[in-house]
Order: sequence, then structure tokens, then C-alpha cells
Amino acid sequence: MQALKSQILEILSADCRIPLERIAIMTGAELSQVAQAIDEMEKDRVILQYSPIINWDRTPRERVEAMIEVKVTPQRDMGFDAIAGRIYRFDEVKSVFLMSGSYDLLVLVEARTLKDLALFVSEKLSTLESVTGTSTSFVLKRYKQDGVIFVGETTDKRLAVSP
Amino acid sequence: MSERFINPRVAAVPPSGIRRFFDVAGTMKDAISLGVGEPDFVTPYHIRSSAIDSLLDGETQYTPNRGLLSLRQEIAEYLATRYHVSYDPEKEILVTVGASEAIDLALRACLRPGDEVILPDPGYVSYAPCVTFAQGTPVPVPTLAEDEFRLTAANLEKAITEKTRALIFPYPNNPTGAVMTREEMTKIAALAEKHDLLVISDEIYSELTYSGEKIAFSSLLGMRERTILINGFSKAFAMTGWRLGYACGPREILYEMNKIHQYAIMCAPRQAQVAGFEALKKNRENGFEDVEMMRRSYDRRRRVMVDALRKMGLDCFEPRGAFYCFPSIRRTGLTSEEFCTRLLREYKVVCVPGDAFGQSGAGHIRCCYATDLNRMLEAFSRMEKFIQSL
Repeated sequence: MQALKSQILEILSADCRIPLERIAIMTGAELSQVAQAIDEMEKDRVILQYSPIINWDRTPRERVEAMIEVKVTPQRDMGFDAIAGRIYRFDEVKSVFLMSGSYDLLVLVEARTLKDLALFVSEKLSTLESVTGTSTSFVLKRYKQDGVIFVGETTDKRLAVSP
Repeated sequence: MSERFINPRVAAVPPSGIRRFFDVAGTMKDAISLGVGEPDFVTPYHIRSSAIDSLLDGETQYTPNRGLLSLRQEIAEYLATRYHVSYDPEKEILVTVGASEAIDLALRACLRPGDEVILPDPGYVSYAPCVTFAQGTPVPVPTLAEDEFRLTAANLEKAITEKTRALIFPYPNNPTGAVMTREEMTKIAALAEKHDLLVISDEIYSELTYSGEKIAFSSLLGMRERTILINGFSKAFAMTGWRLGYACGPREILYEMNKIHQYAIMCAPRQAQVAGFEALKKNRENGFEDVEMMRRSYDRRRRVMVDALRKMGLDCFEPRGAFYCFPSIRRTGLTSEEFCTRLLREYKVVCVPGDAFGQSGAGHIRCCYATDLNRMLEAFSRMEKFIQSL
């Protein structure tokens, strides 16, 4: 079952719209086994969501993103979890990671305009009690995300027929 | 005008049957090709990067004729751990310009004029012409769908005469995807022994074996001294354009092969050798991550293709190696050539007629599943429409 699950994860991470029947064919497993494996992984929160990777730059939507390095004072008994929880609940916050190194939390934030984002940092994030410092860097261009390259085009360079 | 200069032996060999198709397909823009014979992966980045570093470091010189010793040592280690055969990197391994050169060298070093060489039919397009160029006579032995395209000992024995010098043993097979079992290989080995045949074992697709064990022919009892093992980097590491292969075998034979290689080629390109070294070393260290990742991906697409071809109503033997399906198109009433030509003209899908790989391939087509899944699915839907239109 574990081998089947890793196969399924590999297949879904390349294309999560693939029909169950095709996964069954690809893995040589029974349809019911595939369905069960996916169910289990959803229940175990191995699979959290099925979402596409979107290149927003190619859409009309206005959008700015920033990565914010946040220094915080960990709380007694809670460590970083409590403050992380305060931060990740904001809608603007897309990702939060606890980091090793010179700061504590890496926060990925998205807003409609630069001004909105600046307000978020100055009014919502910096004012949290345990936050002792922030350093904001804006995303200028996205080259690759989640294993997908955003720039340029990949063409098949092979000959159409070869022995 | 200048025909009088040409060797009639060469002129008599027809160009590859695949080539004609290529010319038509090349002019069509939105054609989907299932006619390729190479991986759809690009060589893994760390391998490409090692070749770039080597260039930047000014490694632009010849290498030893037999190839960089470091590469030959990695090849020896690879064959020992993965195939349980041991070859001396100094005397028993020769790095070549693709496995193709190794096949040519083996034939040229061993054949005497008029020697017969047995080759399973259908088979890779180069074997018979290379035998002819080396002044031998190719003797095709049919392999059949009902035998899962394996070379049977019975059919092999029927083809053996006192002129038979060698057997080309190409498994996993291009174009059929057939893989031999240990039991059948043992029978072939017994015949090789009985009739004192040289076995040229082309194992280029060996890493792409999806069920059953991977067996090097030379690992069979008594076979090492009569076997030339040929392999390369093209299929396992997606390195076709680098042109890097190797031959391993008894030192007396390798000595002669190296002589031809030394005078005709000098050495395989240095950067390809550096890249090959990186491919083997890194994969030895990481449990063959690159190879396994690609193999899993082909395996999934293999199942999808077999399923789709069968649903179209074509008889399709389940391939167990390489990256081709070889379905029969007999029930359409068309010849392979007609089927492929019309499929390309009317529905813009490229497949290769089975008889390009020998007469026994007639009535079949070769479809390559080293193709993007979604493009492959689109190709199947076009093929289905084509078959229904007949």
C-alpha cells in the first residue's frame, strides 16, 4: 500500500486532475485500491488540497507578493507555535515557515497593491506583541515554483522519427 | 556520375525505412509523434552540469583510446553491483561513441567474410546493415507475438549452420519490448556453447525492464568468454545525443576492437565521458535515483498505452522492457506501411511501420510511450477515430 501511495503522490503532483481510472491503469492497481489509498491520504492529511499552479502575471489580476523575515520572542510552553498561529491566520499570509538562521519565521504575503502590503506589515504584523523585527523583500519575478518553471517555453527537441 | 567509385556491397544496403517517414512527418506542424526512439527526459541537470564544468576547466583534450580510466572503473563497479558480472577496467572495457559503435566494432573485429550472424527479427534497424558492412551475412530469425517476441531456442537452432559465427542478442528489445527470462536465456546459452557462437548482447535497454529480473547474458554460466556485453548511457540516463556507450568482454576480443576504435575514432568525446562518469557515480551513491525516476514514469505510460491500444481493438502484446508497444494492426486489413502513412496524412500521428525492423515486423506498428502523457492521449483519440473510419 505504501508503494502504491508514493506512486499516486508522484502522479498527482504532476497532474491532480487525472481520473482515478487512469491512475489505476498507470499503477496496475485495482480502482478500489487507488480510491482507498487516496481516501486514506486525505484523512491522514497527507493530501491537503488539489490546487493548480497559477502564473498570476498572465492574468489581469493586480497582485504583489513579499517574503518577510520575522524575528519573534518565543513564548513559554508554546515556543513559536502560538505566534506562528497568530500570523498564519491572516488572509494575506500564504505561507509561514519556522526557519533556522538569523531570523525565526519566513512569511509569504500576498496583497492587491504595494500599499495594502505595506499597511499589513506596519499595522498588523509588526504590532503583534512577540514580533521584535521584520525585514520585507518584494518578489520581482517568478522563475520557478513548486518544481514548475514559469519562464520560457519547453519544446521537444527530438526528431519526429528515430530508430 | 561517380557511382563507379562506390562499393556495391554498401550501395546494395537500403537506407533505413524509418527515414522516409521522417521526411513526411518533419513537414507537418501539429503532428504528434509516437515514432521517436529516445527518452523524452532531458539528461539530468547534474550530469549536464558536470560536462559544462569540465569544459570550463579546459578539459578539451583526447582521452585514452579505451576511455577515461575513472569512467571505466565506474562502469566496472556498475556492472558488478547491478548485473553481477565482473570486468577488468584496464583490459576488458572499451568506451565507445554510443552502443552503435560498439556493435560495429564487435562485428568488424570478429567476422570473417561470409560468416553468418543470427539476429532476432524484428530487431533494431542497424544490426543487419552493420553485419553486411563487416562482410558477414545477416540471418534473421523470426520472433513471434505468441512467443511474446522472445527468441526461442528451437527457432535459433533451426537457423544455425556451420557458417554461423555469432548471435546478436538484443533484449529488452527494440521494437517489440520483449524481455527474455532466465530459463529461456539458459537454453540459448546451451546452444551458443554447443555451436561455439559468439554472443553480442546489446543490453542498452536493460535498465528499462518493468517486470522480471535484469540479466546480463555474460552472467550465465560459461557465457562470459563468448559474450560481448554492449551497453551505454542513452536510454538509462537520457543521454542519446552525447553518443556514449561501451563494450565489455574477453580481453583478446577487446584488444582487437580497441585497435579498430583507436585507428578509426581515437576516443569518445571527453565531455560525454565526464558526463557518463558523473551519471554512474552519482547514481551509485543515491540508489539510482535518476534511473528509477525515469523507469517509473515510463512504466506508468506503458500501462496507459497498452490499455489504450487494446481498447482500440488492436492486439497488443504487453511489452516488459524498453519504451515501445508493438501492436498488430492486421485486423484493420491494412499493411503497416499503409496504416502508418494514412494515420500520418489523415490524422497527423506518427508511428513506425513494423517491417522497418525486419520482415517479421509486418502487420505491426511501433509506438513509443516516451511521450508526454497528454499528447499520447490525444494521439490515441486520433488513432481511434482513424481505426473507426476504416
